[in-house]
Amino acid sequence: MTISAHDLFAILPELLVIFAACAVLALDPVTSASKKDGLAWLSLATMAICMGLTAARMSDPTTAFGGLVVIDAYSCFWKLLLYFVTGLTILLSFSYLKEERLYFGEYYGFVLLALAGMMVMVSGADMLTIYLGTELMSLSLYVMAGLKRTEPRSLEASAKYFVLGAFSSGILLYGISLLYGAAGSTQLPAIAAAIAGRSLNDPLLLFATILIAVGFSFKLAVVPFHMWTPDVYQGAPTSVTAFMAVASKAASFGAFVRVFVEGLGGVKANWAAIFLLLCIGTLVLGNIVALVQTNIKRMLAYSSIAHAGYALIGVVAAGRLNASDSASAIASVMLYIALYAFMTFGAFSIVAMLRKGGLEGEEIEDYSGLAKRHPVAALLMMVFMVSLAGIPPTAGFIGKFYVFMAAVQAGMSWLAILALVFAAISAYYYLRLVMVMYMREPGEVTATSPRFVPSPALSIVLACAVDGVLFFGLYPNPIVSLATQAALTLK
Amino acid sequence: MQSGGFPWLTFLILIPIAGSAALFFVKETSVRMAALGITLADLLLSLPLWWLFDASSSQMQFAEDAVWISSPPVHYHLGLDGISLPLVLMTTALMPLCVSISWRSIESRIRSFMAMLLIMEGAMIGVFAALDFVLFYVFWEAMLIPMYLLIGVWGGPNRLYAAIKFFLYTLAGSVLLLVAIIALYFQGGHTFDIVQLSQQTYSGRLQFWLFLAFFAAFAVKVPMFPFHTWLPDAHVEAPTAGSVILASVLLKMGTYGFLRFSLPMLPDASQGFTPVIVTLSIIAIIYGAYMALAQADLKKLIAYSSVSHMGFVTLGLFMFNQQGIEGAVMQMVNHGITTGGLFLCVGVIYERTHSRQIADNVGLTKPMPRYATLLVIFALSSLGLPGTNSFVGEFMVLVGTFLWSKLAAAIASLGIILAAAYILWMVQRVAFGVPLAKFLPKLKDLDQREMMTLIPLVVLVFWIGLFPNPILTRMHASVSNVVSRATTAPRESPTSTGRVTPPTAPVHGTQPVQVMEEAARP
Repeated sequence: MTISAHDLFAILPELLVIFAACAVLALDPVTSASKKDGLAWLSLATMAICMGLTAARMSDPTTAFGGLVVIDAYSCFWKLLLYFVTGLTILLSFSYLKEERLYFGEYYGFVLLALAGMMVMVSGADMLTIYLGTELMSLSLYVMAGLKRTEPRSLEASAKYFVLGAFSSGILLYGISLLYGAAGSTQLPAIAAAIAGRSLNDPLLLFATILIAVGFSFKLAVVPFHMWTPDVYQGAPTSVTAFMAVASKAASFGAFVRVFVEGLGGVKANWAAIFLLLCIGTLVLGNIVALVQTNIKRMLAYSSIAHAGYALIGVVAAGRLNASDSASAIASVMLYIALYAFMTFGAFSIVAMLRKGGLEGEEIEDYSGLAKRHPVAALLMMVFMVSLAGIPPTAGFIGKFYVFMAAVQAGMSWLAILALVFAAISAYYYLRLVMVMYMREPGEVTATSPRFVPSPALSIVLACAVDGVLFFGLYPNPIVSLATQAALTLK
Repeated sequence: MQSGGFPWLTFLILIPIAGSAALFFVKETSVRMAALGITLADLLLSLPLWWLFDASSSQMQFAEDAVWISSPPVHYHLGLDGISLPLVLMTTALMPLCVSISWRSIESRIRSFMAMLLIMEGAMIGVFAALDFVLFYVFWEAMLIPMYLLIGVWGGPNRLYAAIKFFLYTLAGSVLLLVAIIALYFQGGHTFDIVQLSQQTYSGRLQFWLFLAFFAAFAVKVPMFPFHTWLPDAHVEAPTAGSVILASVLLKMGTYGFLRFSLPMLPDASQGFTPVIVTLSIIAIIYGAYMALAQADLKKLIAYSSVSHMGFVTLGLFMFNQQGIEGAVMQMVNHGITTGGLFLCVGVIYERTHSRQIADNVGLTKPMPRYATLLVIFALSSLGLPGTNSFVGEFMVLVGTFLWSKLAAAIASLGIILAAAYILWMVQRVAFGVPLAKFLPKLKDLDQREMMTLIPLVVLVFWIGLFPNPILTRMHASVSNVVSRATTAPRESPTSTGRVTPPTAPVHGTQPVQVMEEAARP
């Protein structure tokens, strides 16, 4: 296969991101400590350029490298979301790294490399391309989780993440090889053609499907493959946690939905049944265990597990609906993850900048009386919590509304009811934080008492997040039509 | 449906919500004045609706319609009929009083407090005006957070427990509502429009499940026995303005929901469930009254009396006749006025003695003659004395019930006797007797602001009590529309409003069984 100029032009955003990552890594040693901010600016500028390139691509779909990579509205939707989240991550890290005294230029390099991996994941139309993207993303994230080198918890997080992540990658790869055996190809359209009309009881195909489902379930942090999540989210630097909880989840969902809808659509009855079980387990366990957390990062970790469960409802519905109706179900998944990105990132940004002594104020108790000391931070946190609980008029409600629409359309009203009951339960732990912030008195202000550290970069992050939550809560039309249009391109 | 006129309802909703944001740009000292100004402006804007309303029509008036979400089609569709008009006006009328009563009693974070009141006002008007089911749900749920904060931040000593209990109860109730709304969308021709959804016929089995889902949401809000346990806690711990909003407006949303959704959309299931609802209503009437008898805390007493009074409303609604439903709507408005007045009275005395115990607040006539007079007026209205507003509503509900079942009417009447007992006993202790010496210096009579707060409600008590017709004529066409929707099957076009004949007994004897059987079939 020869590489043509068309191929390179099609993956221009990916190339740019990788180039920027290399540039950051190369420039870091020769940049004086006072000028390291320039590396962040370089990364931000890359995001802006890529956003423009990808937005222009949205209406001009193409494939590259003989079909290994597709640049369609679907992948562009995810990429736009990923650029946005990466941009926010860079802005958040700006102030966070200073507070934490983590002066690593390579930090931004890893963020960009992870992003490149994610972009490959959502664009890949070949199991091995997707696998490569997954690995690039995961390897960067393993390093980023352990960046707080003096902190044992951070190292533990990194090691745990690496061991379990490598294990899950192995399972995914094994599934891919079995699928190759069953279908004779690693390209999604060829797989779809090969398994069309095949018996659902073909053991090879079934094993391949299960192993691939398990591999992705690790990345998505779906119960029972979620064990790594709380420890890693808690131990990793909070800016990295936010990046993992939002961007890596979005990219994994992007690749996951494409693989199962486009490649394994022929056995959708099988995987819909598998994901239904995983979805129920995730909703139940994520929400119940979140109830008893006292550490806010762990609480948000379980909340992010639970939210993967809500998004899975849309996936299950897509598996149960016939091809013409399933686009709206796929759109509901995309919408859910996109809206989830705003609120979760916003919540983690506030967590990152609440300091106690030289450390992060991670205990929920540390938020006592925040409304008195930092009314704006408390108000924003309340908006994010209300949105995570899915109460209108916030984006969280819109996301839930669409996945429940999909569930009812697929004849699973009972699943919608179950999910809503757990949404009501989740309101308890989200509101507990609101209660602590608004209804507890702040203690004596001492040198070690928790305080919130605002900064201009953080203000931009929070403004983006809260605007997204409220704007899409009140006027979801733009993002809904974008997601619907993108979902229609999945075959 | 006329459209394109002056967007009255949008302004009614937006003024308080925009005003709540504006409060943060006002000096701390003038926040109270600003909030009062905003609520008064909203009241003034709502008053013309009373005269502009065309009482001869059952159509939605002052309608506004715009696409909000294109797929699925969710509309920003507002409008009022004769049922929602009085409720909207009651809301706008009560809000200035809520601001006024909080003038001195709320000291901390007054800005946020007033902002919460204003957001509540916008959302409450939205609930009554929404003609799109999703829009309704958005307003319905949007009230939860401000109310949670009102109770939780500015409430009494046990406020955290009460706030979260209120929140979880109502949220748990309304989650089923959302699924029901979505199910109706797919079964009712892919629309969320309330008017269109009410014109369709749904299968008995679907109606059965939808009714249960609606019931979960509305019965918790009313609250009907046995879902009422959040109410006494929330009432007791909420600040006075919060209690007034809860009792006067929030509870009405439950009964409004039954009237707007359950009866016209699910007529067969509603008829089938009538025995259940009537039983629960009568239990609520009697049980609420008995509980009220036993209370030593004034707010708890009024809270339980609310359970009893709301029992009359649900009873009237499920009579499926003109008298019963009109009586129920009257009672909704009346309960808002009377109970609002009573809670304001308790707020006034709590400001002085910092106790809500009946035993602490005795013998107020001598030190506070004006206060005692107003309290007695509201108390007598609450027990349904002829000449006051509640008499009209309760009487009509009982007439409606009598047409349906003499036994039910007889038992429900017991509630009125019990009401007389707990109210008069309370009045006897609070108004008469010898005041406690330790509180005597604090018992100053009502000042001008407090008089201005309570007098408007007294006027309403007598105005509705003596001249109920203006309200009744405005709701007449809309109620007969509901009655004809709920009783005629197969249903005709909703414009045929002439048929108000109460259903005969055999219909009620057989219908429930049929619906239940149909529902039980797989």
